[in-house]
Amino acid sequence: MTEPAAPARDGEPPGAGSAGERVAAIEAVDVSRTYQLDGVSVEALRGVSLTVQPGDYVALVGPSGSGKSTLMHLLGGLDRPTGGRLVIGGRDVNTLSPPEMAALRNETIGFVFQAFHLLPRTSAVENVALPLVYRGVSARQRRERAAAMLGRVGLGHRLDHRPNQMSGGEQQRVAIARALVTEPTVLLADEPTGNLDSVTGAAVLELLERLNAESGVALVMVTHDQEVAARAARRITMRDGVVVADSATDAHDRPLSVDHGRPETLVPAPSAEPRSVSGSGPGHPSGGSGGAAGATGRLPREVDADGPGVDRPAGAA
Amino acid sequence: MRVAEAWRVALDALRANRLRSSLTMLGVIIGVASVVLLVAIGTGTKQQVEQQVEGLGSNLLLVVPGKIEVGTAPVVSPLTLKDVDAVSRVVGDPQRVAVTVASGATARAGARSDFTTVQGVLETTPTVFTRSLARGRYLTGTDVDTSRRVAVLGDSVARTLFPDRDPLGQQVTLAGVRFRVIGVFAPLGQSLGVDRDDEVHVPVTAAQRLWGTQRVDGIAVKAPDRERIDELGERIVAELNRRHPDTEFSAVTQQQILGVLGDILGVLTGVLAAIAGISLLVGGVGVSNIMLVSVRERTREIGLRKAVGARPRDIGVQFLLEAVLLTTIGGLTGMALGVGTALLVDALSPIPAAITWWSLALAFGVSAAVGIVFGVVPAQRAGRLDPVVALRAE
Ligand SMILES: Nc1ncnc2c1ncn2[C@@H]1O[C@H](COP(=O)(O)OP(=O)(O)OP(=O)(O)O)[C@@H](O)[C@H]1O
Ligand SMILES: [Mg+2]
Repeated sequence: MTEPAAPARDGEPPGAGSAGERVAAIEAVDVSRTYQLDGVSVEALRGVSLTVQPGDYVALVGPSGSGKSTLMHLLGGLDRPTGGRLVIGGRDVNTLSPPEMAALRNETIGFVFQAFHLLPRTSAVENVALPLVYRGVSARQRRERAAAMLGRVGLGHRLDHRPNQMSGGEQQRVAIARALVTEPTVLLADEPTGNLDSVTGAAVLELLERLNAESGVALVMVTHDQEVAARAARRITMRDGVVVADSATDAHDRPLSVDHGRPETLVPAPSAEPRSVSGSGPGHPSGGSGGAAGATGRLPREVDADGPGVDRPAGAA
Repeated sequence: MRVAEAWRVALDALRANRLRSSLTMLGVIIGVASVVLLVAIGTGTKQQVEQQVEGLGSNLLLVVPGKIEVGTAPVVSPLTLKDVDAVSRVVGDPQRVAVTVASGATARAGARSDFTTVQGVLETTPTVFTRSLARGRYLTGTDVDTSRRVAVLGDSVARTLFPDRDPLGQQVTLAGVRFRVIGVFAPLGQSLGVDRDDEVHVPVTAAQRLWGTQRVDGIAVKAPDRERIDELGERIVAELNRRHPDTEFSAVTQQQILGVLGDILGVLTGVLAAIAGISLLVGGVGVSNIMLVSVRERTREIGLRKAVGARPRDIGVQFLLEAVLLTTIGGLTGMALGVGTALLVDALSPIPAAITWWSLALAFGVSAAVGIVFGVVPAQRAGRLDPVVALRAE
């Protein structure tokens, strides 16, 4: 029960659709997610297929409202698709009950959020140990493992500090330690540097990359920073709820016309006129811009799209 | 491990919102305290009445005209001293038979007066009912036979009429007729708010002459043995029925009186406790309310916990525990308050109060149950929160 991600559970052949002999950490096949909002359907994801392999380093980019966060929630088992098949750690989420989903998240997934989401009035070491509580690890072992993990993110001297006694960068490193203390197969980070200044953000990024390289945990990271995205081994670009480019599966543009893309998504995609796509996401109020260029693998310099009121690393441009 | 975490988190939440927690508990505290206090007073009163009825003397049998039932009109007694003699023959020992003919009258001594109950009695009264004197002597057979105008005063009558004098040998005027004080009773205290020392005993013959009657209101018999007390009662009633075919008579034992009084007091206590219980209910609604606030406040925490692997039940247990802790801590405080108040009332007022263990156990159980009942909805709501929505909450 407490072992992370026994892959071939339930006789489910994980990653059966993928070609390689490697067992996929996460496999999404034609996954969609439709929100019902006051009787109106919002199609946040409209048929996304992708595979995350153990040890992957994936940057997920795309304009605001394109469905990146929605996809991350699905990949992490926080949410269920409304259509398609999603297999996490060898388990089809459509067959899982809420408590089974909770156990799956605990065993295979680590989350890092833009807003840190540390528990207030709770020391760093206890924050990091939290996932182990729900795994039934004894208090002593929890503290040991959490302290060790904090050491790995460079916070061995901050064990008993509380979130309000730490800088933003330190808080995010605590959150990273919490995500990794269970030794998950996949680390999902949704704009992990979004609330940090550029220098701190770069340090956090370096830490994530180092942990990915050292421990082999797959890293899937949403970023608006094209430079960061360029550093990733693999880049997935989304627009209007579909993946328009995935550097792992296609060297060339995805044929948008046969996919679910609406006609207007055809216009800006290949030739990268970033500003022209702003607001093309389905009803996203922030109206972020850019990101479309990822489809060609080329990166226009001014493409880094700022979310509202969020600092970006200065080195991005 | 998960349960330990739930405890830790629940306690932490209460501690973090100390003022709010205390105010929420207040409803439960007041509810439990008043239940404990009222049950204590009810129990204390019942015990006191039982003691007093038992203190009347053991194996007592009261014979009165009419039926002893709630709602029946009192009957004018046809009994006379001749009937008393007949009863004495049935019992076989005149020393075991007492009578009373009672009426309200004003007692005067000098300038002082006191409205009290004058009881015409036989010299057997202290034997049949266990009563003792503080001073002087009781009535004798001769006093009764010669209708001598002598009186034995109850403690409070003696205090009222002779606050600074020895009443023995003094004159009192009862309904305009002068009597000489020959004794004063030892004090008995109060019973159900009635002053039991507010009475004057005179020979039954003198009392009858005072009021111009041959009547005797009731007969009391001290039965020789407990086993045949009911049978003796039946024989006395049969004899009286023979002598007065038009009137019904009843004989009741102490046990029956205790049973009736106990039932009445039990119902009374129950009603009072139930009324107090309503405030406990209101307290429970307050707990429910504050738990919903707590769930809303900590929505993001719930989302985070779910993200790292908390099951719906883990979250639910955590909030349910918080609610139960609120009400049980409130319940324990209320119990302490109720017990303290009860002890004070018992010590400082004439109202008796007695703490019973079952009432404390009940109060604790009820407050825990209130926590569960009123905490379950907020807890379920917390457990079912969608983690994605929860993480996005403000
Ligand atoms: N709970 C919801 N109810 C209704 N619509 C939603 C909900 N969550 C997201 N959406 C919609 O789904 C679409 C995708 O949202 P999502 O948050 O995944 O975008 P994103 O790519 O993460 O954007 P950003 O870069 O600004 O974070 C948007 O149009 C958004 O308005
Ligand atoms: Mg997002």
